[in-house]
Amino acid sequence: MASKADTRPLSPHVQVWRWHATMASSILHRATGVANYIGAVLTAIWLVLLAMGPEAYGIVETLQTGVLGVIFTLVLIGFTFSLTYHMLNGIRHLAWDAGKGFDPKGSNLRSILIIIASVVITALIWILA
Amino acid sequence: MVQLTLPKGSEVKKGKTWPKPEGAKKTRTFKIYRYDPEGGGNPTWDTYQVDLERCGPMVLDALLFIKNEIDSTLAFRRSCREGICGSCSMNIGGRNTIACTSGIDEYNGTITIAPLPHQPVVKDLIPDLTQFYAQHAEMKPYLITDSPTPEKEWRQSIEDREKLDGLYECIMCASCSTACPSYWWNGDKYMGPAALLHAYRWIVDSRDEATGERLDDLEDPFKLYRCHTIMNCAQVCPKGLNPAEAIASIKGLMVERQS
Repeated sequence: MASKADTRPLSPHVQVWRWHATMASSILHRATGVANYIGAVLTAIWLVLLAMGPEAYGIVETLQTGVLGVIFTLVLIGFTFSLTYHMLNGIRHLAWDAGKGFDPKGSNLRSILIIIASVVITALIWILA
Repeated sequence: MVQLTLPKGSEVKKGKTWPKPEGAKKTRTFKIYRYDPEGGGNPTWDTYQVDLERCGPMVLDALLFIKNEIDSTLAFRRSCREGICGSCSMNIGGRNTIACTSGIDEYNGTITIAPLPHQPVVKDLIPDLTQFYAQHAEMKPYLITDSPTPEKEWRQSIEDREKLDGLYECIMCASCSTACPSYWWNGDKYMGPAALLHAYRWIVDSRDEATGERLDDLEDPFKLYRCHTIMNCAQVCPKGLNPAEAIASIKGLMVERQS
């Protein structure tokens, strides 16, 4: 076991690993979970500014113009994807908790399908809304 | 703790390129992790050319060819050469598996071989698996009973025996545990897929009478619940077992006994 006096090297891990789709969808689930937290805070700030009246909401309007406006929209699109992906993959976690869907090949396929579906749903929301 | 980079002294440097064996027509390139505990210094990637016409079909055959014909200092574990001892587990082409049942023709181009990931390296392809074995022992991998021992064997119905299929076949090669990112980051506290598969093998055994205690021992934020269903374990198991499913079954039993 590794101790302070241990001078032996640690074998490479992420440096050599060839990823499976399930590993990618798992780390994406964590990343979108974190993004959803931040997104929820930003949404709350937005609502507070809205409640504070036209003067305070002016900050939001400034952010929505020019180059900042493009970034504002991109963040919103990212947040939409984040929510969609986390929800779809969350449904899959429910299936896993029920003991279903553990075959490696099918899991890889479902990982890819969930990522594609999230992109499509995000696009549809932004095209239709 | 999550540390994506290798600590200082563990980074793998460029190593030696060994000459092609004389008279070899059909060769395959192998990039192999080398670490010499006596020489000091960082590990290196050494490159070898294996003469496929003088070598068996498996990756283990290629390693033996290198050891016999090119570089006798290459160290790796092997024993049965037929996928039952679990000794020759290593990271081949970026995935953990056992070298003896992996065909050279299953890989394209240069084949990279490293020791099992995120373990202290003893030498070359030999990791120190002390922690892995200790975790297996902690699972009490044997029958525990209170009832008086029967005169003959402990009887079990055919259906109950079938529940052990897909669990008892584990050869303890450590491919699954060392494939698991949760085990990489929290291997000192999280039991890892192999130990948990063994735990479930005894939990689900109809003859075992310590099911409650076994579940009690795993009721811990790290030991069991660091599994986030990343599925690397099931993806790499050379015996086609599914530790992820076994772990989910344990989690299910934890919920069931509370309700």
